[in-house]
Amino acid sequence: MSEPLTVRAEGLRMVFNRRVIFDGVHFTLGATQTLLISGRNGAGKSTLIKIIAGLLTPAAGSLKFSGEQGIFVRQSLVGLVAPYLSLYDEFSAEENLQHIAAMRGLPYDRDRAHDLLRRMALFSRKDDAVHTYSSGMKQRAKYAAALLHAPPVLLLDEPMANLDGDGTATVRAIMDEHRREGLLIVATNETGDVDRCDERVDLNALR
Amino acid sequence: MRSGDMKRWLLSVRGIFLKDVRSELRTRYAVSALVMFVITTIAIILFSLAHEAAPPEVLSGMLWVVIFFGAMSGLSRTFVMEEERGTAMTLQLLAPPSAVYFGKLLFNVVLVVALNAFTVILYLLLVAGFVVRSADVFALTMLLGSLGFASAATIIAAIIARANTKGTLYPVLSFPILLPLLVVVIDATRSATEGAPLAEAGGAFQFLISYIVVLTTLSYLLFEYIWKD
Repeated sequence: MSEPLTVRAEGLRMVFNRRVIFDGVHFTLGATQTLLISGRNGAGKSTLIKIIAGLLTPAAGSLKFSGEQGIFVRQSLVGLVAPYLSLYDEFSAEENLQHIAAMRGLPYDRDRAHDLLRRMALFSRKDDAVHTYSSGMKQRAKYAAALLHAPPVLLLDEPMANLDGDGTATVRAIMDEHRREGLLIVATNETGDVDRCDERVDLNALR
Repeated sequence: MRSGDMKRWLLSVRGIFLKDVRSELRTRYAVSALVMFVITTIAIILFSLAHEAAPPEVLSGMLWVVIFFGAMSGLSRTFVMEEERGTAMTLQLLAPPSAVYFGKLLFNVVLVVALNAFTVILYLLLVAGFVVRSADVFALTMLLGSLGFASAATIIAAIIARANTKGTLYPVLSFPILLPLLVVVIDATRSATEGAPLAEAGGAFQFLISYIVVLTTLSYLLFEYIWKD
């Protein structure tokens, strides 16, 4: 039986152009737990999310997923929704999901993709090019892309950005479901976005 | 690499390649620029030559001038477009760096082989004094030259994708890296026009194969540092 998934950060430090963004970030997160990353603009919330996703390397410290091995670990474990991630504008939402599955080296699960598109209220527009979508629809499409491979770790950076009331309710439901099954890590200025959290990193105190 | 990872890695390389092919077929960003550039350059060569008979070494050099600048106008798109559209980070999230490198390299190989085939056909049809007398030497030169071009273009595109002056930096950075390749392929093309046998061009082909292997290996080793952070 494989060991339960945990994420452990020890002494993370990030520096850009000799400016310390944050220093001494520690946390340990186990299955069904939620981490809230808070801090004012420029405190490094997105930077910390990128480090957890494997998109940036910290200047010091370590971040480990339990049992980490193989070259596809992060690609398999992590799903990320963030304002700085874009989908391919020239493709439709469904084509984006097909290419995303292929680039991950995974088969395309059409039924799951359609379920996600229905849930994100995009099914009727699934064949339209993404460049015709509103910013809220693009945000919904990003959720479908992040959840397609059923990642155990869901990273959300400003999760409610550009979403209307229905979109916000759907994302809250996704967060609640994910909390029951995997790990949820949320970076936001709006602490009301997260109903409850087990761990909290306040980056204002770590400069 | 474990066998499961290896299979997934190959599927990932294929996925990146097919995404780029479908994106190109839909946007025609690179193909349009390449085709227009090749036609324009060959037209200028024809005007400047008028009815003068240029020697084979000059015509061989001119063919590779067309190919060099044609390739420079389109091959950088693989990485530059990812940066400009903000999808580079999405790609980093989806696939390991080595899969990204080989997926992009494969796309550039296909693009540059197609470009070179188009250029050569047009050049043979329109430039009167350019006659290939040794088809096997010419075909091997074009094939190995294309592979060398694609290998160099891919890693340089990854380097310049994050710079502010992408357009101008690309040919400037490419020239010193491609210079040894250009010298050899121009010479081998001249040999093909003079009807040299395959054995005579053996040294050139050994150099081209070594160039491709060394550049691709170095690019593979360095790509992760260029691609991340």
